[in-house]
Amino acid sequence: MRDALLQVSNLTAELGGDERPVRVCDGVGFAIRRGETMALLGESGCGKSMTALALMRLLPLGGRIVSGSVQLAGRELLTLTEREMRTVRGGGMGMIFQEPQTSLNPVLRVGDQIAEAVRLHGRLPRRRVTERVVELLRAVGIPDPARRASEYPHQLSGGMKQRVMIAMALAGDPQLLIADEPTTALDVTIQAQVLQLLKGLQRETGMAVLLITHDLGVVAETADRLAVMYAGQIVEQASVDAFFAQPAHPYSRKLLESVPSAGKRRGELAVIPGRVPPLDQAFEGCRFADRCPFVMETCRSGRIEWYQPNTEQWVRCLLWADPRSRFLPDEPGASPAAVGSDQVSEDARTDADALLVIEGLKVHFPIQKGLFRRTVGHVKAVDGVDLHIKPGQTLALVGESGCGKTTVGKGILQLEPPTGGQVRYTGVDLTRIAARQMRPYRKDLQIIFQDPFASMNPRMLVGDIVGEGMQSLGIERGRVPRRRRVAELLEQVGIGAQAMDRYPHEFSGGQRQRICIARALAVEPKVIVCDEPTSALDVSVQAQILNLLKRLQQELGLSYLFITHDISVVSYLAQEVAVMYLGRVVEQGTAAEVLDDPRHPYTKALLSAVPSMDKAGRREIIRLEGDMPSPSAPPVGCHFHPRCPEALPECRQAYPASVPITETHRAHCIRVDDQR
Amino acid sequence: MTAYILRRLLYAIPILIGVNLITFTLFFVVNSPDDMARMQLGDKRVTQEAIDTWKAEHGYDRPLLYNADAPRLQRLTDTIFFEKSLKLFAFDFGRSDSGRDIGYDIRQRMWPSLAIALPTLLVGLAIAISYALMIVFFRATYIDFGSVVLLVAMMSISGLFYIIGGQFLIGKLFHLVPISGYDTGLEALKFLILPVVVGVAAGIGSSTRLYRTFFLEEINRDYVRTARAKGLRERVVLFRHVLRNALIPILTGVVAVLPLLFMGALIIESFFGVPGLGSYTIDAINRQDFSIVRAMVFLGSVLYILGLILTDISYTLVDPRVRLS
Amino acid sequence: MPVILITDALIFLLIAVGIVFGLYAARHEHLRGPWRQVGRSPVAVAALVVMLFYVGIGVLDSLHFHPRIEPLAEVGSPAATVNEADAVTGPDGKTTPDEQGTDASGSQRSAEQAQEITQAKDTISAAEPGASAPTYSTQIISVLDLLLSGLRERQEKTFSAPFATHLFVKEAIEQPDGSVVRAYPRLEHGGAHLEDPSQRSFDLLFRGLFGAIKGLMVWTAIMAGLIALLGWRRRQSFNDTATALWRGETAVPWRVVLITLAIMLVLSFTAAELGAKYHILGTDKVGEDVFYQSLKSIRTGLVIGTLTTLVMLPAAILLGIMAGYLGGRTDDVIQYLYTTLNSIPGVLLIAAAILMLQVYMTNNADQFESLVERADLRLLFLCIILGVTSWTGLCRLLRGESLKLREVDYVQAARALGVRHSTVIARHILPNVLHIVMITVVLDFSGLVLAEAVLSYVNIGVDPTMNSWGNMINSARLELARDPIVWWSLAAAFLFMFTLVLAANLLADVVRDAFDPRLRSAS
Repeated sequence: MRDALLQVSNLTAELGGDERPVRVCDGVGFAIRRGETMALLGESGCGKSMTALALMRLLPLGGRIVSGSVQLAGRELLTLTEREMRTVRGGGMGMIFQEPQTSLNPVLRVGDQIAEAVRLHGRLPRRRVTERVVELLRAVGIPDPARRASEYPHQLSGGMKQRVMIAMALAGDPQLLIADEPTTALDVTIQAQVLQLLKGLQRETGMAVLLITHDLGVVAETADRLAVMYAGQIVEQASVDAFFAQPAHPYSRKLLESVPSAGKRRGELAVIPGRVPPLDQAFEGCRFADRCPFVMETCRSGRIEWYQPNTEQWVRCLLWADPRSRFLPDEPGASPAAVGSDQVSEDARTDADALLVIEGLKVHFPIQKGLFRRTVGHVKAVDGVDLHIKPGQTLALVGESGCGKTTVGKGILQLEPPTGGQVRYTGVDLTRIAARQMRPYRKDLQIIFQDPFASMNPRMLVGDIVGEGMQSLGIERGRVPRRRRVAELLEQVGIGAQAMDRYPHEFSGGQRQRICIARALAVEPKVIVCDEPTSALDVSVQAQILNLLKRLQQELGLSYLFITHDISVVSYLAQEVAVMYLGRVVEQGTAAEVLDDPRHPYTKALLSAVPSMDKAGRREIIRLEGDMPSPSAPPVGCHFHPRCPEALPECRQAYPASVPITETHRAHCIRVDDQR
Repeated sequence: MTAYILRRLLYAIPILIGVNLITFTLFFVVNSPDDMARMQLGDKRVTQEAIDTWKAEHGYDRPLLYNADAPRLQRLTDTIFFEKSLKLFAFDFGRSDSGRDIGYDIRQRMWPSLAIALPTLLVGLAIAISYALMIVFFRATYIDFGSVVLLVAMMSISGLFYIIGGQFLIGKLFHLVPISGYDTGLEALKFLILPVVVGVAAGIGSSTRLYRTFFLEEINRDYVRTARAKGLRERVVLFRHVLRNALIPILTGVVAVLPLLFMGALIIESFFGVPGLGSYTIDAINRQDFSIVRAMVFLGSVLYILGLILTDISYTLVDPRVRLS
Repeated sequence: MPVILITDALIFLLIAVGIVFGLYAARHEHLRGPWRQVGRSPVAVAALVVMLFYVGIGVLDSLHFHPRIEPLAEVGSPAATVNEADAVTGPDGKTTPDEQGTDASGSQRSAEQAQEITQAKDTISAAEPGASAPTYSTQIISVLDLLLSGLRERQEKTFSAPFATHLFVKEAIEQPDGSVVRAYPRLEHGGAHLEDPSQRSFDLLFRGLFGAIKGLMVWTAIMAGLIALLGWRRRQSFNDTATALWRGETAVPWRVVLITLAIMLVLSFTAAELGAKYHILGTDKVGEDVFYQSLKSIRTGLVIGTLTTLVMLPAAILLGIMAGYLGGRTDDVIQYLYTTLNSIPGVLLIAAAILMLQVYMTNNADQFESLVERADLRLLFLCIILGVTSWTGLCRLLRGESLKLREVDYVQAARALGVRHSTVIARHILPNVLHIVMITVVLDFSGLVLAEAVLSYVNIGVDPTMNSWGNMINSARLELARDPIVWWSLAAAFLFMFTLVLAANLLADVVRDAFDPRLRSAS
């Protein structure tokens, strides 16, 4: 590319010892033009972040660049001295990171941290430095920047911190901004703010952006071109339009198909079998061959060259070796695995009585202050939530972090003692019975957690983990029948009985989540609380878990309370949706009603902020100002009014009552009626 | 903040009562005052009269907890527990078994102790921090490896050998400074040098190694990567970012022991003949003067708790993330 | 007739616990993995070999028994046995002639001993009439004493330098012609076999070499055995295994093991060879062999370093986990308990407790059968009191970790599955804090060995009659004022302590790195 700002060719970097080096990027080459946004897309463990660090020459201790060239505006970076390279960092290339929580120095004021960068890349008098810091903070949309500059990172919210990181990266007026998963740790409304900010800044300054992400929606909305990375290599490069029209590499295609959406409700999601191979081996042939449905003999040997299916797309796949070849429409032998029973269960919904009724559930945590630790207030994590979970159905509980949705799950299971309200299961109020009496109900109510790495005792064998509930609840006391049952369960979740005598750390995140599902299933529950079970997983693995959950629901008639922040999962899986904001449910209804016809302003904003791959289906993003207030001091009146674009003076008076819209759809907003 | 400190001070009271009960049990219940008298008088075949006289002289002739013979309130106050244990709360240490006023002795001997302990702490801190920083700057090189081996070796030598070796080398072989003794005013300086040097040398190994792990822990944090991505030079990264964060545990650790500096260094003081509280304690232990030991136990506990409170306060001063509540 | 002192019993218990734990660890990957990593570190295996020598000596010194009195000696026995008893209680004798002795109780104690020896005499003579049954002396010696009986019995009059043939101090010697000259007299045992003391260096060289060769021979045998064993397990020929081993290609650095072993064996055999004819580390004030004292001190150091942790572990683990996991009132009470104990300065608490013990022991002297038992009880008591002062650190660590674990998903999942609290603690919490316990045990060891020296120096450590490095230093420091200086007792204590503590520290470093994933990433 002639007008390239950044030209990377054949970049190879290694980590670890000489005996078994991990080749984190292998022959990576791409180019970025001035002012454009290039996305580097891939699942975890593909080497995206390490590639970015290699560009900055900031690989961790023991990391080294083996070969290749990185040219920024025609200047070769890999041969620069460390001193020269320092002027490039921040000056030529700025970088922001995934975790704004840990990426700022906790003991320095944010203003000082930005000033440090300002001073490095321009000789300004002291007074000008302060001015420039405020300017930068204003540019990244931080309200009251002069005051914020003298605050410490912990006083800022996650979104604000990421803005500060951006301001810091902008301080040296870089030509290129490397953004390493800049919004992964943020909520979707905040993500929308930050992405919009990046786009605006790019328009103003004309800098190029290298966006590293795993989120296809983010790529579709923000990038001009993209490169797909797999196992340390780039396997496809294309313009965003061409890519989403027709991904060329089988991996890209599978990735796209595995994203859940409402349209895929009736079938199973596409899955990629196996896992990303570890990078400490010598590869031969195509690295995706083992997982590829179109694999051919020739794929497994030699070097795979680049082919160009059309003018805007390059792919490293032998399927395109023949210039006349066209991509096969479906994978060989695969049938559209439509699941017919979905309709039945949706019909069953109306007449079935609720299995689990939650009424006015409150979980408050006391705040203690003063000489004798008097309770001076409460963090109202959950403040009056009503939910009805019906047999064989999925109720999705949607909300951003800090809204109390996880606490609802724990409150239902009495893992967190509720402060008020009722949890009625088969007519018994679980909040009123003693811990010992709770034991028989434990069998019926189970939970699956978010983090597959923390949810299993690393010191126990998988067989013992799965069998633990059967043993403690006295379902299967004998050792031999228990092992037989555990083996069955492991087969059922697709792990295989041989996993029984292994330890959790030998399994990948997706496999562990399956084991956790088996553990919950072992006691034959009726209701499973799924607390963000897929949010720590890559999209292709997420598809496997969602498929499994759906299949189990049909086979066993389970009910799910599916707690999530991911709208696409909701539309794929749930029959009913409840949206939570600051400890309360603001809107509730069937999935179709809530997702297609949101009535509460918060729901509308939330849905509009979800990045979408489908250009036509994109809504105008409703920007929410600021962050969610603290649940210890919720705003008077409607909790949402300070951020609500449609707020009226009346909204400050009292919390709005529940307004029915249809028989099943209701929202807590006084303006619902206006829109009829 | 004030409420917090007040609460911590209130919380200190049950702890001090606990300490008091433990010492009371150790000194008066496990062994009766009779046993102690016999021990002090040194002979197995002492007469009962001798024991009684000794007890009366030293105020041990009362009942332990309850004096049935005394009038009213004195039934509780005219006891060993009240006289010897409860009075400590008013910092009334009473008289030692050899008849001296313990409170006066403590006030006199506190300052020589501090004159040695404080310089030892400060010099040791400065050396340990700079050395640890240097090791971290050259991390994963032979300097790092060699230094760690050296530090471990230094840690493996008993403090006694530092004292004996220091005294022998500096004092006896090179005749640089006097071997032992103490003086008032500026004259004290020449007596202080040796104990301070020895104290610093003995502590360098373990503290430097500890600080090195603090630094290494910080240097792998994300914000260090951010700082490098800004284009800062390694030295600035180390001093402005890493050092500032690693200083928090170092500093608060130092604050915790600050009050205890008054207690002095036991062995060093007695070896170099410094009339501080350390040697006072050792002498008391050797003379088996239980009144002094009791007083020192109580004083030590008070200072320890003071150290805990100061640590918490210092956290709020150096770490913006911490709020007292 | 075997005697099991309390500390002996605890040592055997400790060994049993160690074996059980080893078997447990071997079956659990999360424990076996880090230990395997430790086994692959050259520093760690070298340290382990050195420590094995110490432990071996310590264990030999823990097998106590009453020696049998030869029936043959019955006729003229009392005097002989009493002499023997003297020899054993000898180390205590050195406190008696302490000129600068400010220590009143010390002399008092030795007075008691004299008394006790008299008692011993009585018992022996009382035992004599029943001649037919085998008679046992009332004194207690260990297997190590038996092995070192040469060193133990060859006493000089007073100080002598290492490898000396003459006494360190001048004495009036009566010449054959009747005149009296002040000179350095020949030693009774050290180098006594030499006709002419000037041949000493040649003799030393010869014997030293002979010892080294013996050591090397033993080492060669061990090496051959090891290679054969490894080869058999790996199904390789002897030669291939040997080549792989010496090229450092084995997973466990056997080469380092063998080199360390060679050094230790050569040193041991040379010392044994020379020790048979000389006092290789000199003699102390009462003429006792310093090398013997140093070896005897090993057991004391090891006992303090290990039994203290053994004693404190149950309380620390139980209370720490309970405080963290149960929280609430339990937490408050346990926190109060350890803050209170922690707030008493450790040295003073130990001093107070030991002083009280001394008072008790002085007043109830008749309860103890022998000096050895009394010293042993004091050692045990010291371990307990050291444990009381040191359990709080571990307890606090465990509390913090349990507090974190309580909120971890798998504990929550277990609660959702209706698992009882006691089971959660046993199955989920305990195994996940065990690595902290292990790191603490290893890290504390060296600190405790060093603490013993300081405490003994302040006279609140082990019994003065007991051999310990602290007591060696304590008695030697008073001789520093002599000119020329008497340095060998100090040097010996330094050498033996430093080797043990250095090995322990190096091992602790590796163990901590292997078990603490957080630190592993840091270094």
